[in-house]
Amino acid sequence: MKISLFATCLSDAFFPRVSEAMARLLARYGIRLTFPEGQTCCGQPAFNSGYWVEAKEAARRLIDAFRDSDYVIAPSGSCISMIHHHYPALFRDDPAELRMARELAEKSYEFSQFLVGVLGVSDVGARFPHRVTYHPSCHGSRLLGVKDEPLTLLSHVRDLDFVPLPFAEDCCGFGGTFAVKMADISAAMVTEKADHVRETEAEVLVGLDMGCLMNIGGRMRHRGQAVRVMHLAELLYEGVRMADERA
Amino acid sequence: MSGHNPTSTLAERVRIALNNDFLRNAVRFTTERLRTNKQAAAEQIGNWEEWRERGRQIRLHTIAHLDYYLAQFAENLRRAGGYVHFASTAEEAVAITLQIMAAKQAKSVVKSKSMVSEEVHINQALEEQGIETVETDLGEYIIQLAGETPSHIIIPAIHKNKAQVAELFSEVAGEPLPADTAVLAAFARSKLRGKFLEADIGMTGCNFAIAESGSIVLFSNEGNARMVSTVPRTQITMMGMERILPSWEDLEVMATLLPRSATGQKLTVYMSAINGPRRTADGDGPDELHVIIIDNGRSRQLGDPEFQEVLNCIRCGACLNACPVYRHIGGHAYGWVYSGPIGAVLTPVLNEEKEKWAEVANASTLCGACYEACPVKIPLHDMLVYIRRRNVEEGRTKRTERLGMKTYKVAVSSHRFYQLALKLGRIGQKPLVRDGQIPTRLGPLKGWNNVRTAPALAERSFRESWQALERELQQEMAEMSPQVKARLEELAGKRGDRHEQ
Repeated sequence: MKISLFATCLSDAFFPRVSEAMARLLARYGIRLTFPEGQTCCGQPAFNSGYWVEAKEAARRLIDAFRDSDYVIAPSGSCISMIHHHYPALFRDDPAELRMARELAEKSYEFSQFLVGVLGVSDVGARFPHRVTYHPSCHGSRLLGVKDEPLTLLSHVRDLDFVPLPFAEDCCGFGGTFAVKMADISAAMVTEKADHVRETEAEVLVGLDMGCLMNIGGRMRHRGQAVRVMHLAELLYEGVRMADERA
Repeated sequence: MSGHNPTSTLAERVRIALNNDFLRNAVRFTTERLRTNKQAAAEQIGNWEEWRERGRQIRLHTIAHLDYYLAQFAENLRRAGGYVHFASTAEEAVAITLQIMAAKQAKSVVKSKSMVSEEVHINQALEEQGIETVETDLGEYIIQLAGETPSHIIIPAIHKNKAQVAELFSEVAGEPLPADTAVLAAFARSKLRGKFLEADIGMTGCNFAIAESGSIVLFSNEGNARMVSTVPRTQITMMGMERILPSWEDLEVMATLLPRSATGQKLTVYMSAINGPRRTADGDGPDELHVIIIDNGRSRQLGDPEFQEVLNCIRCGACLNACPVYRHIGGHAYGWVYSGPIGAVLTPVLNEEKEKWAEVANASTLCGACYEACPVKIPLHDMLVYIRRRNVEEGRTKRTERLGMKTYKVAVSSHRFYQLALKLGRIGQKPLVRDGQIPTRLGPLKGWNNVRTAPALAERSFRESWQALERELQQEMAEMSPQVKARLEELAGKRGDRHEQ
């Protein structure tokens, strides 16, 4: 059984701690991850901007890197939804590539989706005595359909004070290249999102996608809003360690 | 004309909108109310997803057989005594309208709400001929007085607040009117009553055209459409060629979906069905009924696997209310007649000036809220990407962007190049990093860092630390439970079966 980690370019290059937390947490369930080094990026930045030739280049590397894997797990709903939702469109003109793209989609999972849906875990045994709010990223929740899994996991964390985020489903304004191309609209959107986080008086903002979290976190840091921004894998792993220490 | 200035750029229009606090507050307030109402209406009906799927199937079928149903509709309407005209362009639609006006020696027109009439700019053409044209939908009346265009498909004056409306109406009244909804509505009603009675022509849009009987169905909340279609002697109805429904049974589904999606109403206040001109036994209705069926770029989408579904739209505006971009910039920033996600698709798709409208499709984060809100499940978020791809393929993107994407392609084409890019990035960022962040507002980081702080590349990427981590994990790896093992094997096994089939 080969279970592979798809770090995603964002976590690999900017937030290695996220993939690390995921690997450490899964190791507690006996999941020995492999890291096929041929992986680069899922291709989404190019795909969404309309550069499909460039996106295909990335997608082919990914398909190739995980050819022998039985499972592929990534700390991102967005990159996994790219594989599930957009690879079929990208390779629709080539039956052989389309089949390989579908095979990859079939075995690819977002982190919380794998933990809850495949491993059947809803309580990782964590303790996290903080006030926490959750931003559901659009691609993971709408396109991939991962809505309940993160909430299930959070609801079982001991001493965690969960506060729902107002207008949680509204996009944070990241949108990949949108944040650069339509910088003014993106700024207005992320400012409103950061306002909503402030309303919750949460100490921690948690999510499943580093793109969105980098956007919201960057906005909050810029205006001196002291909220810790964490990927769910980080929160759960830290919480498990905290519970271990107490035991 | 303010609010409709296609010569400006998208960025300019967006800046104007973002700096208008009145607009942003008004749009936020109303879209929030509408989407909350819609959600309540969908929950109340229970099996909303089934209704959506039913609606989608009806629209897919209709558009797939549009030629057949259009012919059936035209034949039935003609049999009932109506005149049917086909206009392939906006100019043709205007010319046909003006011919009818001339034949009737019309001096005044009352209109009920019609987006397609905005699309062909009929008001402007009529005014140029000296024909008084009065919008009778309250929202349309407001923006007509303001010299603007609708900024929302169903709430044309969504960007105006009460005080602004009072100001506009006071000018017409010649006396100051209070910013009170009841007073303002009463004023409009009395003012418009006279216009209804003296108008030569009534112009309406068309929510649905029923092929099996040749009927026009109008949905309205103010009753003005009924006045427009009964008082004047001549009626002209403009409809986009895709407004067709095969049967009254199909209308039942649409009458369930449309008002709930638009405003959260279970039923629209007035639903009028017009089965031809006035017959001898009828109490009212026009002596002459003209229906102008407008193509204006629609038939180009037929047979296009990426865009045919955009013709399924029933113009409810739910995607606008759900859109986080529309919420901040309102409708005028989109630049043409239709706004929000559906506008971002229709504008570049229906217009032939591709260059001019290429950018509009970029005004979306592709968050998918539009698709989720759409009562007939149009994949607008996918269509926006298709438009962007065509912009790339047909050379309508910036050189710097193309260059950036070329670099991206090289970087992702092999993990060696990718790692090299990371290394170069780390060297390059060195003088700029402060406390793990890059605060500079120079170069490509300007847009991002104006309101945010960018993270720096990690000192060691994940792949560079993997070997050490893997070794460490091997020592503390837990035993996999038999259940987990069985589950993993079972799921993977199922996939294998499927492949062999």
